Amino acid sequence: MQHLSASCDAHPQPALRAEALLSAEGLYFSRSGRNILTGVSLDIVAGETLTLIGPNGAGKTTLVRLLLGLDVPDKGIIRRRPGLTIGYVPQRFDLDPALPMTVDRFLGLGLGSAGTPSAIASTLAEVGASGVATQQLASLSGGELQRVLLARALMRKPQILVLDEPVQGVDYLGEAELYALIGNLRDERGFAVLMVSHDLHVVMGSSDRVLCLNRHICCSGVPTAVARHPEYERLFGRRLASAFAVYEHNHDHAHDLAGDTVIPSPDPASIPADVPASSKSHAARDDKDAAQ
Amino acid sequence: MIESFIVQAFLASAGLAIITAPLGCLVVWNRMAYFGEAIAHAGLMGVALSLAFRVNMTVSVLLVALAAAIFVLALSRQRLVPIDSVLGLLHHGTLSLGIIATGALTGPSVDLRSYLFGDIYAIAPGDLYWLAATGAFVLGALFVLWQPLLRVAVHAELAAAEGVPRHRVRAAFIILMALAVALAIKFVGILLAVAFLIVPAVAARPFSSTPERMVAIAMAIAVAAVAAGLYGSWTWDLPGGPSIVLAMALAATGSLIWVGISKTR
Repeated sequence: MQHLSASCDAHPQPALRAEALLSAEGLYFSRSGRNILTGVSLDIVAGETLTLIGPNGAGKTTLVRLLLGLDVPDKGIIRRRPGLTIGYVPQRFDLDPALPMTVDRFLGLGLGSAGTPSAIASTLAEVGASGVATQQLASLSGGELQRVLLARALMRKPQILVLDEPVQGVDYLGEAELYALIGNLRDERGFAVLMVSHDLHVVMGSSDRVLCLNRHICCSGVPTAVARHPEYERLFGRRLASAFAVYEHNHDHAHDLAGDTVIPSPDPASIPADVPASSKSHAARDDKDAAQ
Repeated sequence: MIESFIVQAFLASAGLAIITAPLGCLVVWNRMAYFGEAIAHAGLMGVALSLAFRVNMTVSVLLVALAAAIFVLALSRQRLVPIDSVLGLLHHGTLSLGIIATGALTGPSVDLRSYLFGDIYAIAPGDLYWLAATGAFVLGALFVLWQPLLRVAVHAELAAAEGVPRHRVRAAFIILMALAVALAIKFVGILLAVAFLIVPAVAARPFSSTPERMVAIAMAIAVAAVAAGLYGSWTWDLPGGPSIVLAMALAATGSLIWVGISKTR
């Protein structure tokens, strides 16, 4: 079981799990003399949702890029299970309008025999975007584009779905729907989800584990404990407040985040830090682990 | 009666247009038109080297174009100045260097005009074989690399995350592009070479719903412009290469105006 670490640096990183699909150990990355990641370790196992949160400039996107192999760490090891397929939904997708590309052509692009018209149609239906199959990619709305990008990732039958701020350019209602969709797809298909998010509501509601990053891992754990605490309402109750209230803490001091927002006094013992976010999915995973 | 040099000029220009059209689409999609200009202008240096050392001009132009491409990639690693400004610097710098080098290596008697503007009517049959061989290579390579090239053009990082070796794909693309530019310089000159790549692609865009259709339409427009340009050149005694490029440009302008009108309606 993962715990909310009471402090960041004082505790050693939890041991990486042997059954991990993807793990990173002691990643360091700097650019132009600026340290972006210092000693970051994490792992992700089948079926879990791991969410990366942290202030701007915390290195969330850098970490994702390292895990995807888009950049190479200065130091540290990234291990992928052999044959691992990752589906990636990028943060930005600015297709040059000079490139004509229909949605269905995009979904089949580079897939060879797996990109049959029926596979494309059924994946589009799964993400609720059947109507846009023959439209130009450049003409889609933000929400439609996100669903199409999600479909593109699903076409590859990933074991891990990586989403970097998946709801940018999507309205509030569309955002909730998109997260619900990702959750449902995860439950149906059993892939793991690694997500970068600014939205703490989502983090609380749909993640199995949260990893708070500010160049190093500040803390990680099950989000329920946070969500149950009265302080949660004060800090995260209003959506807009959340982005600022949490992120403007000085993360360089290890105890700020943990002390003020994660396990605030007076009575940390009353917080059941071990209760998983969704007991059902955890139980299912434990069964699967036991069976292996 | 049609003279044989007209037939040769048509075969050379139409062949060149068919080779450059798909590359031109990729250039437009990757926003690399300036890049093409920079390596084309560097080609004058290749002309100078070829005249001075009596080596094959296409080969020397190709080598200089590749060196220029590597130079651009090296200069684009900094982030202070945007890449289009770096290309502007390179494109004028290499042109000046080429003019100076041509004068210094070959004496002032060499007339640069035929290298700057080309002479489509001065094609020898041997040039046609050279064009056919290089063209077959370029089109074959494009056919093999088409999917990865397209994926990198759509979204380089998504392609890389999905396992496309994007740096190698881009390097292959730059080599093919330098090859096409070197070929085009031989026929239409340094200043007009890149027009053969990008203008047909621009003309084709409004009528295209898929990348492959855009390539096919660009090829068709380019060959039609070659025929129209050469007809105009023959009828009114105009220079060949510029007449072809003007016909392409008119087609592209017309097609963009058509988009503007059909949007506002």
